[in-house]
Amino acid sequence: MRKTIYIRTLFIMICILFIFAFFSICIGRFSSNPVDVYHAILGKLGLEPTADEGMEVVLFSIRIPRVFASMMIGAMLSLSGAVYQGVFRNPLVSPDILGVSAGASVGAASAIMIGLGIWERQGFAFLFGLLAVGLSTTISKLMRNHSNLMLVLSGIIVGGFLNSLLAIMKFVADEQTELATIVFWQMGSFAEIDMQEVVAIGPVLFLGSVLLIGLSWRINILSFGEVEAKIVGMNTKQIRGISIACASLLTASAVSICGTIGWIGLVIPHLARLAVGSDHVKMIPVSALLGAMFMLFVDTVARALLTVEIPLSILTGIIGAPCFAWLLYKQRATVS
Amino acid sequence: MIIEVKNMSFAYEGAPLLFDNISFSVGRGQIVCVLGPNGTGKTTLLNCLANLSIPTKGRILIDRKDTEKMSPQEVAMNIGFVPQFITPSFSYEVLDYVVTGCAPTIGTFQKPKPEHFEIAQESLKQMGILHLAHKYYNQISGGERQQVSIARALAQRPKVILMDEPTAHLDFGNQIKVLRIIKSLAAEGYGAVITTHNPDHALLLGGDVAVIHPSGEFIFGSCKDVIREDFLSSLYGVELHLCHLAEIERDICVAPSL
Repeated sequence: MRKTIYIRTLFIMICILFIFAFFSICIGRFSSNPVDVYHAILGKLGLEPTADEGMEVVLFSIRIPRVFASMMIGAMLSLSGAVYQGVFRNPLVSPDILGVSAGASVGAASAIMIGLGIWERQGFAFLFGLLAVGLSTTISKLMRNHSNLMLVLSGIIVGGFLNSLLAIMKFVADEQTELATIVFWQMGSFAEIDMQEVVAIGPVLFLGSVLLIGLSWRINILSFGEVEAKIVGMNTKQIRGISIACASLLTASAVSICGTIGWIGLVIPHLARLAVGSDHVKMIPVSALLGAMFMLFVDTVARALLTVEIPLSILTGIIGAPCFAWLLYKQRATVS
Repeated sequence: MIIEVKNMSFAYEGAPLLFDNISFSVGRGQIVCVLGPNGTGKTTLLNCLANLSIPTKGRILIDRKDTEKMSPQEVAMNIGFVPQFITPSFSYEVLDYVVTGCAPTIGTFQKPKPEHFEIAQESLKQMGILHLAHKYYNQISGGERQQVSIARALAQRPKVILMDEPTAHLDFGNQIKVLRIIKSLAAEGYGAVITTHNPDHALLLGGDVAVIHPSGEFIFGSCKDVIREDFLSSLYGVELHLCHLAEIERDICVAPSL
C-alpha cells in the first residue's frame, strides 16, 4: 500500500472515530439532541453560557468518560493482540489465548481483595499478566515444539489454571463486599466508569502505543524469525522483551478497569491486516484505531439496544466469533 | 583477508566437539564451498561465522577485528547471511522483506526511509528481480525466494555473503542459476561461503573448499587440490568418480551405475 493512501486512510479513520464518538455521546437512555450536546460541550469549554445543568452531568460525568474509556480499551486490547501475533509469529494468539487476560484478572482480583486502589490494581494485573505470558512461552519451549499450535495449547493450559485460581478467589472472597466488586468488575462493563479511571489508563495507553509504534518495524523483522532477525544484527531478546512487556501492560491495564473482554485482541489485528497488509508499521496503528471503533460501537449497542445493559463480552463474542470464522476462511490458504 | 578464523572449535552443550582447531580465511572475491556429510557441522560452521553461534574456542576476525568485540550490527554490516528456509507467518511484500537488510544502519525506534527502500530496490535490480518488488513473498516460487533472500543479504552491503545450502529445495535449472549468481557476486568482489551437499557444485564454482571430515579432520585448500576421487569416496562413504568431460572441458563428479 502506498504511503499517501495509507496516511489518507488513517486520517479518514480518525475522522470517522470522532464523528462516531460524538454520536455515541448523544445516544442513550437520556437521549440528547446532537445540537444540544454540541452546545453543552461548548458551554463546558467556557465558550458559551451553560444551558442545561442536568444534561451537563449526564454528559460529563457519565457518557464522555465512558466513550473515552471504551475507545481506549478497544485500542489497548487490539494493539496488544497485534503485537503478540507479530512477536510470536502466530496469527492465532491474543491476550486471551496466551493467558495474559486470565493472569491480569488474578492480579487485579488480588488487588481488590487486599483493598488496593486503581493504580495498584493495574500494577498487580501487569505483574500477573507478564507471569502468565512467561509461563505460556516457557511451557511451549519445554515441549521442544515451536509450532503455532503448541503455543496456543500452552496458553490454554495457563489460562485454564489461572481462571481456576480466580474462581477460588471468588469462592473465598467476602460475600458482602469483595465478591460483588470482583463480579461487577469482571463482567466487563463500562457502566461504572468515571473520569478517574480514564485518567489512570491514559498514560499506559500513551506509553504503550508510542513504544510499540516506534518498534513496529522491528516487530516486522522479528516476525520473520529468530535467525532472520539476528543476522541483521538485531538484539532479539531485548526487542521481544520490550514488545511483550508493552503488550502485557496494555492488556493488564484494560483488564484492571473492565475485566476480560474477549475476541477483540484476536479479531481486530486480522481485520487490520486485511485492510492495510501485514506490514506492522501500518498495521499496528490501524489495529488501534479499528479496535477503538469496534469497542465504541459495541459499548454503544450494549447500553442503547435494550433497557438493561448487555454485558460486553456477550456482544464481542456474538460479533467476534463469526467474524473470526469468516477471516479464517478468507485466509485459509495461508494459515499453517 | 576479510574473515579470518583462528583455531576455532565448537561443541554443543554436553556433546562432543563438532570441529576442532580449524583455521582458514576468506578474502575479497573468494568462493569457499563447505563440504561434508550430514551432521558434520557445516551449518554450525556458517552460524559461527555469522555470529549466530559462539565458538567454544578460538577467534574470528573481521578486517582484523575480533568479532567478540564487535556489536551485532557491526558484524551484520560486514557479513550477509542467506539462511536455508524461511516461512513467514504473514504475507509481506518482497520489498518489505528485502529492506530488513538495512536494519543494521537504522535506529531501534526508527523505520526505513526512502533511501533504504532505494538500497533494497538496487539489491533487487542487482539480482535481476526488480519486477518481484511488490509481489507477496509467500506467493513467489522457491527459486525466486532464494534470489530474494540473496537480495536481502546484498541490502546489508556486506563484504562476505554466507549461504546455507542455497541450492537445496530448488529444481535443477534454478540450482545452476543460483550457482551462476554466486560466481558473479564473487566477480564483483564479494567473498562467498556456501555449504553444499553436491561436490559437483564445488567443482563448478572452482575456488576453495573447506571439508569437515566425519573423522573430525578439517581440510582446507583449493578445489583442484582437495577434490580427488579417493578423498570424495572416503568422505561420503560411497564409491564416486571424478571424470573429465572433454565436451564441456571440466571435471565432473559422478556415482558409478548402481
